[in-house]
Amino acid sequence: MLDTIFFYVFALLTIGGAIATITRRSAMHSALSLIVSLLGVAGLYLLQKAEFLFAVQIVLYIGGIMVLFLFVIMLVNLDQAAKERQFNRQWLLGLVASVLVGAQMVWMLNSAGVLSLPAAVPAPAATGPGNIEALADLLFREYLLPFEVASLLLLVAIVGSVMMAKKTS
Amino acid sequence: MPEGYLPIFVFMVVALLFPVVAIVAAKLVRPSSPFATKLEAYECGIKAASSSRGRYTVRFYIVAILFVIFDVETIFLYPWAVRYQSLGWFGVAEVTVFLVILVVGYVWAYKKGALQWV
Repeated sequence: MLDTIFFYVFALLTIGGAIATITRRSAMHSALSLIVSLLGVAGLYLLQKAEFLFAVQIVLYIGGIMVLFLFVIMLVNLDQAAKERQFNRQWLLGLVASVLVGAQMVWMLNSAGVLSLPAAVPAPAATGPGNIEALADLLFREYLLPFEVASLLLLVAIVGSVMMAKKTS
Repeated sequence: MPEGYLPIFVFMVVALLFPVVAIVAAKLVRPSSPFATKLEAYECGIKAASSSRGRYTVRFYIVAILFVIFDVETIFLYPWAVRYQSLGWFGVAEVTVFLVILVVGYVWAYKKGALQWV
């Protein structure tokens, strides 16, 4: 019961944030709305007992990726875009197309029997070690080499970003 | 919701309510008499020359990118910290190799002057 309430709260946050993201005129407001939406997704991960994904969502997406978004908004000149029409004139055609695609998806899912499932199924109770423990065992024992190679990938990212943004003076 | 997260959620709700209640309560109590002089720069303050939404130098972007990269590093350390006891010295060795490779990159960026202020 409590889980269902939390599910709808987080779902509302996600969808509300997403709608605000695409309708705000100021790019900065859009980015801040996107943070709300991502926070809702983080809550949905937590409801599914995916605690590692919850941490990744908060630390990486809300903490890191959004910083990049805000920096990009500050780096480029958005005054022009803020004054122009927000939605183009083909909105009627777009509405018809999206309704058609949506109806097609619903029909497909219905014929596959997905829609007949009860709504908002709570996650099965986790047994044994938690999500993060299981991930740690896999990452540090079985997938040792990919883990170390990931650090090389990050090293390449450091070198690439510094070389691209640094002036050769 | 997994056990133990309810206090965090309550904390978040209180944190969200606090500014809302403060702003609404202040709005109800204070008198309202807006006029243009109130919005100007105060006393010896300098009048704004242009919009604050100007373009920033790309140098700040390097700092942001480096922050994201070390953010990813932190998230890799998280499962290791949870499983620290059972992984033992093997895990310490693994993470040391992981960190050394990244610290090499950090030292290189530092030497290159990427973190220097202007």
